[in-house]
Amino acid sequence: MTAPSLPITSTTTTESTPTRTNDAVGAANTRVEGIAKVTGQARYAGDIPFAELAYGWLVLSTVARGRIRSIDAEPVLAMSGVLAVLHHGNAPRLQPGVGLMGPDASTLLLQDDRVPYRGWPVALVVAETIEQARAAAEALVVTYDEEPHDVVFTADHPAAHTPEPSRLVQPDVERGDVEAELAASAVVVDEEYTTPEQYHNAMEPHAAMARWENGRLEVVDANQGSHAVAQLLAALFSLDLDSVRVRSEHVGGAFGSKGFNAHLILAVMAATQLDRPVRVVLTRRQMFSLVGYRPATAQRVRLGADADGRLRALDHESVSLSSAHQQFVEASTRHSRALYGADALRVRTKVVPLDVGAPSFMRAPGWTPGSFAVESAMDELAEKSGEDPIRLRVRNEPAVAPGSGLPFSSRNVIACYEEGARRFGWADRDPRPGTRRDGRWSLGLGMAASAHSAGVAPATASITAEADGTFTVRIAAADIGTGARTALILIAADALGVPQESVRMKIADSDFGPAFLAGGSMGTTSWAWAITEAAVALSKKVLPGDPIPPEGITAKADTTELVGGREQLESLGFGAQFAEVAVDVTTGEVRVRRMLGIFAVGRIVNPLTARSQLIGGMTWGLSMALHEGGVRDTASGGLANADLAAYHYASNADVPVIEADWVDDPDTYNPSGIKGLGEIGIVGGAAAIANAVWHATGVRQRALPLRLDRVLGAGA
Amino acid sequence: MREFDYRRATDVSDAVTLLATSPEARFLGGGTNLVDLMKTGVESPDLLVDVRGLPLDRIEIATDGGLTIGATVTNSDLAADPEVRRRYPALAQAVLAGASGQLRNMATVGGNLLQRTRCGYFGDITKPCNKREPGSGCAALAGEHHNHAILDWSEHCVATNPSDMGVALTAFDAVVSVHTLDGDAELPLSEFYLPVGDTPHRETTLPPGALITGVTIPAVPVAARSRYRKVRERASYAFANGSIAAALDVEDGTVRDVRLAFGAVASRPWRARKAEQALVGGPATAEAFAAAADAELAEARPLTHNGYKVPLIRNLVVDVLTELTQETTR
Repeated sequence: MTAPSLPITSTTTTESTPTRTNDAVGAANTRVEGIAKVTGQARYAGDIPFAELAYGWLVLSTVARGRIRSIDAEPVLAMSGVLAVLHHGNAPRLQPGVGLMGPDASTLLLQDDRVPYRGWPVALVVAETIEQARAAAEALVVTYDEEPHDVVFTADHPAAHTPEPSRLVQPDVERGDVEAELAASAVVVDEEYTTPEQYHNAMEPHAAMARWENGRLEVVDANQGSHAVAQLLAALFSLDLDSVRVRSEHVGGAFGSKGFNAHLILAVMAATQLDRPVRVVLTRRQMFSLVGYRPATAQRVRLGADADGRLRALDHESVSLSSAHQQFVEASTRHSRALYGADALRVRTKVVPLDVGAPSFMRAPGWTPGSFAVESAMDELAEKSGEDPIRLRVRNEPAVAPGSGLPFSSRNVIACYEEGARRFGWADRDPRPGTRRDGRWSLGLGMAASAHSAGVAPATASITAEADGTFTVRIAAADIGTGARTALILIAADALGVPQESVRMKIADSDFGPAFLAGGSMGTTSWAWAITEAAVALSKKVLPGDPIPPEGITAKADTTELVGGREQLESLGFGAQFAEVAVDVTTGEVRVRRMLGIFAVGRIVNPLTARSQLIGGMTWGLSMALHEGGVRDTASGGLANADLAAYHYASNADVPVIEADWVDDPDTYNPSGIKGLGEIGIVGGAAAIANAVWHATGVRQRALPLRLDRVLGAGA
Repeated sequence: MREFDYRRATDVSDAVTLLATSPEARFLGGGTNLVDLMKTGVESPDLLVDVRGLPLDRIEIATDGGLTIGATVTNSDLAADPEVRRRYPALAQAVLAGASGQLRNMATVGGNLLQRTRCGYFGDITKPCNKREPGSGCAALAGEHHNHAILDWSEHCVATNPSDMGVALTAFDAVVSVHTLDGDAELPLSEFYLPVGDTPHRETTLPPGALITGVTIPAVPVAARSRYRKVRERASYAFANGSIAAALDVEDGTVRDVRLAFGAVASRPWRARKAEQALVGGPATAEAFAAAADAELAEARPLTHNGYKVPLIRNLVVDVLTELTQETTR
């Protein structure tokens, strides 16, 4: 094992003397709230009792497009315990143009009679108990004037078009003459790769409680950023930001799905209308139509290379499913913009808006489907050019980021290849496919590169030096299950030069001020910077030996200017993933026997939870490779498999030994040296597995998931 | 979910009497399927008669040397029973191939025989389904059906029976014992499930109000050399895309006796009698196994998305019979 960027020290320290220390970061620490979580003491948004709480239950459209003709609320209002039926005829008016990443039509709930997709909220029934609310919601008769719908995604759909560039859509790139370079290439790969709709399904279903207390809207929600949610609520309901407070102390997984969702908006509507606390919790099935998903993609990759594998042309076109109601662009070309140098580069992004719910961010958006296409194509190029897949990748290392032309802040992917190859036994791999067997199983090895942006965004934080010698940090960070709270304690302890036991970490409260979301692999990096700056500010206000008043001494920091003042560099984490698979071509069964991921992801704050994040991402890559896929039911416009019995994730028995580790990756572009690693683990895993399936069988699988009906009969 | 009454039956006769008090009553065994269906609105009984506590939890050796299995024996206990494992290993393997440890601890033998299809349209009350709502149509036929039937389906329904246990029991000619207000009756498993026809909502020949009290498996010497293999879309906790229960006796290269049944191919566990007939007395070779599978599958009518099941079942027949041949040749 390579050394982590800082020496590992013991997991706990019993020293109570507050001597100066700075070795908390880099030491393996269990989560500070771990005991509370595993003993059920940690309360999530759906668990917390409130006096006078009423319960809302969503009613979703059963047609995929049309208008609501009637909502027969009277019989339902007569049912036991029913307090209200909110619908477009009586719901509070909302401010248009509000959304997490710009105007988002999905926030405009119960505002008109239009039904944009199947599973769109058409009413909220509120009752004294959750059972009464559900019974009434199920009894509510809604009729529709149905219109024809289209939910069938294809790359050549007539509605396919190039989206306008935006915060989330990088403009297409065309550099050099791709066609000429392809024509001059000795080896050409030209294939289409497809990925299906994928669904997050965080373990904790989305839940929100809203109430008005002393003129303030108080919300307890499961989200990835309490301050961002407070801002959005204030804008949507035309309130002062000061009159909104959002908390989400514990969040049971999010993966991009816990931004600003229908259950929360409807809970606030109902609490406002009834002047009573109202909670709305989504069911698992409702989550399949209300909290986003990774859209299907169809990606054409064309690679042209000289006989030795040096790339002359890289052409990547990604077409993704979007919603006619609210555009979302799956930026799958991120991977091709970052990974390989070619004489000519062309990356293009298109969307096909259909009558479906809006897709959204799902762990490593863009990178995940993009890496499947590009890393599969690179493996095909290795096969065609007779080159080793790792040597091929090393040969095509770019000097600067291919998409942006910017220098890299650091790029340590070769160390990942080398360390991974050494530990996985790559040198012993016979490059010919279909040569190894174990009983009925054909065995194969595959690899792929991983990458993810390592950004940073502004945040504010405050630190209070308490009279008892401890320190209280306040920051509107979110711990969505990653261990962020614990990581921030380690960072604060080192920044303050005190033992971690002296630090109290208060997070996930919008009253703590603006802070970036737990998203984009930017949370810890962004929060760490603000906390470190606050510690610097505090050290200027409190000198050693100063008396501390009972209320403590507080210093604040805001990193907006620091973040905005940096030079432009391409800051990325990198990695290499390796997989060994066993394939039974008589049944189509694929089993992964082992996986290894080696990553270059900056400074590791907490090796224990960092490894968990990486392994979790790799596990999801396996699940994506073999199992996952939302299946559209053309007739109804909804999903045919909108529950966990039919939408398959990997089961425990599918997940073998998965190892994740890292190489040294010093990089001070972010002053903390951290590169966010919450997402990179899922990038490249599916390609490594698909490449291993080719190595086992000699047959390429270009459509995910590698379901048995696709693999059955694959030669060997 | 509709509100319902709950009664715990004290004995078999009490159970059927209680059930008769409402036409919308249901027996509750382990509840691993029924309770899910109640949550999704597919089932909405007004009364649950809990039969899990009835004294039907024994596995006993029958007078003919077979086994009698009580209806409330849990799937876990069935799979762990030494006599089951010795005499009918495919049955133990089939049970262990299903569900999860927690579910098997709850699920009962009687309930397993009556579990409902996992067709996604059946389970979603907002979509048409003739099995759930006669006359509403079959959405699977033109919709998503990659894990639906290839044999003996009708335009009214293409759903499959999800049971693993049922496949092994079908291979070994099990007989279902039932109790009704009129007394006891025996139903061979081969006559227990109805063909789909135009009444997919009618799934069994159980008399109205009948309680399954147990299952008897006759002495089947060949079953001692049997195997269950299940192919599914993940390594555990998924219903079969295709499965096979097979027992084989080979002497001097000739098939003396064979039992074959398939799962996930039809609305009921599928006894492959044509294949068995083709094999008995013939050579125990891969070619003969393939030809027998082809004979059975000649009537297969795959749909757009489930054509893979034909080669899958064929390959399973060849693989499993070849393995059994290698292990049991005498």
